Amino acid sequence: MSLDSHAGGLSQPAAIRFDGVSVTFGGVRALESVAFEVNRGEVHCLAGENGSGKSTLIKVIAGVYQAQPGARCEYFGAAVERVTPQSARTLGVAVIWQDLALFPEMSVAENIAFDALAGARPGLVRRRAMRATAEAALVRLGVDLDLDARLRTLPIAQRQLTAIARALASNARILFMDEPTASLSQSETDRLLAAVRLLSQAGVAVVFVSHRLAEVLEVSQRVTVLRDGRLVGVFPTAGMTQSRLTELMTGRSFDVLVHARDTTALSPVLAVKGLSRRGEYEDVNLVVRAGEIVGLTGLIGAGRTQLGHTLFGMTRADRGTVMIGGKGAAFASNRAAIAAGVAYVSEDRLALGLVQPKSIADNLVITVLKRISNASGLLSKAKAKIVVEKWLKDFAIKIGRETDAVSTLSGGNQQRVALAKWLATAPKALILDCPTVGVDVGARDGIYAIIRQLAQEGLAILMISDEVPEVYFNADRILHMASGRIIGEYDPRRMSLSALESAVYA
Amino acid sequence: MRNFLRAHPNEVRLFFGLLALVVALSFASKSFLTAGNVTSLLNNNAVNVIWAVGLLVVLIAGGIDISFAVAASVTQVLCAHIFAALGGGNWLIGLSFAGVIGIAIGLLNAGLIVAFRIISIVVTIATYNALFGLMMFTTSGKFIYDLPDWWVARIDLIQIPGAHGASASLGLPVAAMACAMAATWFLITHTTTGRQLYAFGDNPEGARRAGVNVTLMPFIAFGWMGLMAGLGGLMQVNIVQEVVPNALIGRELDVLAAVVLGGARLGGGRGSVLGCFLGVLLVAITQNGLNLLGVSPYAFKMVIGVVILIAISSSNLEFSGRSRAARGVADAQAA
Repeated sequence: MSLDSHAGGLSQPAAIRFDGVSVTFGGVRALESVAFEVNRGEVHCLAGENGSGKSTLIKVIAGVYQAQPGARCEYFGAAVERVTPQSARTLGVAVIWQDLALFPEMSVAENIAFDALAGARPGLVRRRAMRATAEAALVRLGVDLDLDARLRTLPIAQRQLTAIARALASNARILFMDEPTASLSQSETDRLLAAVRLLSQAGVAVVFVSHRLAEVLEVSQRVTVLRDGRLVGVFPTAGMTQSRLTELMTGRSFDVLVHARDTTALSPVLAVKGLSRRGEYEDVNLVVRAGEIVGLTGLIGAGRTQLGHTLFGMTRADRGTVMIGGKGAAFASNRAAIAAGVAYVSEDRLALGLVQPKSIADNLVITVLKRISNASGLLSKAKAKIVVEKWLKDFAIKIGRETDAVSTLSGGNQQRVALAKWLATAPKALILDCPTVGVDVGARDGIYAIIRQLAQEGLAILMISDEVPEVYFNADRILHMASGRIIGEYDPRRMSLSALESAVYA
Repeated sequence: MRNFLRAHPNEVRLFFGLLALVVALSFASKSFLTAGNVTSLLNNNAVNVIWAVGLLVVLIAGGIDISFAVAASVTQVLCAHIFAALGGGNWLIGLSFAGVIGIAIGLLNAGLIVAFRIISIVVTIATYNALFGLMMFTTSGKFIYDLPDWWVARIDLIQIPGAHGASASLGLPVAAMACAMAATWFLITHTTTGRQLYAFGDNPEGARRAGVNVTLMPFIAFGWMGLMAGLGGLMQVNIVQEVVPNALIGRELDVLAAVVLGGARLGGGRGSVLGCFLGVLLVAITQNGLNLLGVSPYAFKMVIGVVILIAISSSNLEFSGRSRAARGVADAQAA
């Protein structure tokens, strides 16, 4: 393939070449003598767990952080002594952060062409030039967006493409994407990856940071693995497997076992019959038994989360019934659902699941405030302490102090706090919506172990996830949802993972 | 045209609401759709529109200003003393001083917001009280009638012959209003600074990362607001021919309501001059119609409150409806 010779040719200098990069924050080594090299037009993956130094490295390249003396930095063949965010951008470095940094109220065209506008001297807006810039960027990206649409009216996938087009419009020659597919469905991801390939053919280097190992391996030519701020190595993706990559990232090997059991004899806790809500889901029937983990998978937009919201009393169904422990449950609010023994751990931990700036202790007791108050209605510190200590110990949550803000914790530990906070309500049925979103592969097993342990203890668990392997290895039964309906039920013991994946992603 | 309609759903809705109101009132009251009534509506609301477009710029940049009516009063009082000291003056001098005083108060607000990182509503409530107190303390709230002739003389720019001999006319404040609208429209839609203001109000962090001078933005927004406050104060005197230090208090909330009704978003990034104009007109015509129908002025406050609630909630509903539709499309593509 011409692309490979182009990317690997000796005559072509690297897009960026970094060597001996060390960064220290307040005595903590974030990066230790790391080397990183990306060829022109290469799609490169930067892999590592949270805290491995990926973000720090990207920030050094983008000029946000300065490496310690002794580092060698080369951009497109030119050695650069000191990099600022502005000079990095001029050199052709563009980073698409997870929050995209776009302007929801502005048109797509203006968003794409904004960087030229932002630095402009006071003067007139050249709308025609902006449109032409935006159009050219979209053509390079091979996508078609309505230039006049307000950004806020677009789905997240199209916003992402807008952000990439914006980077192209400011002449990016190397593009960093931080978890670009975290909130995309499979077909949207495919479209994004197609755009990435097009860019690489046009000579733009793309560096991916992603937790989704399958797509990382699919799209990139090489992968650089970091662990604890050190370089583990650079590997071609040809012949690399997901489990090998996980081992490299974590330095451990993981058991991959199907944990499904026969659960037909257990007694039903959550029973749903003919549940429908217009525009969200249609005629849903399902049963979750005490001690059972039922996986609910399907593409984003299949209606899984909407169903979860109704089961938790946040929305009301138009038709159908929900029974909890044999009793009819038409929840007027999620308070009623909590009282009936339902708990729901949100997929959106940042915005909905936890109160990020509040302390770990406050987050843990937020669902049981009534129980930890004393007779006069005031909160009892002593009672709160008992609750907090119990969960920190039971779930092995690693913290500095319990007064630290939850936002200081890693994804895995945050998810443990989110789980614990709901289990403190002593629920009968637990709905988990994407329980390992933003959690490192190494920390996921710990979460899975907790979930399976909870099932052992008799909790009925509905595990919603768009990551098929997650439900395949952990659930007892798997329900497949598409376009608001449950269209299939699978037994992980009787089918292979790839068969399940092709059924869901087909 | 179709693009315009699609890009401005709020303005289109307001326009039809206004049209329906005008049609209904012209049937309900014979004196509503007369040249005299229409021109007096415009004359009497020109100042509100001037303030509204100033406030619009602040709202677009993600701020809010409660102090502009007091700023206008301070401008009036100071101008009255300055013109007396100068022995008269003229419109050019008047506009210059009013503009400078207004801008100075605006920049004071911006300076406090930037220097102490206080949110604008708190800062402007503080300056509102401080300035109002200072002004009432130093003037003892005394009315000023001794004003230069050029300031209080009525200037009719457009004469419309009336049916009963009394001719209707549009005065200088309407011209000032037109200029304020045109200038604001030009600023926010056609200059790089204007678009930076939108971006700053929409996503401050995103604007900062893109290289927008985010310290400058509040100064521009509040400076513009101050300019409009001064201009409006000057024009108000031309209409009422006196300076009453506390006469403008309370107008700021009516104007704020009209601007929000006109589609500007509390929180930044959205709003248009046309929407502002329609918003002020809708409030004014509702009041005018209720007056003509002989309804108590207290009823007006109540009606305006309800209209604003309906306007804001309906635009929110439309938003969520659209995002649901967008999700539907994404689902269909995913399937």
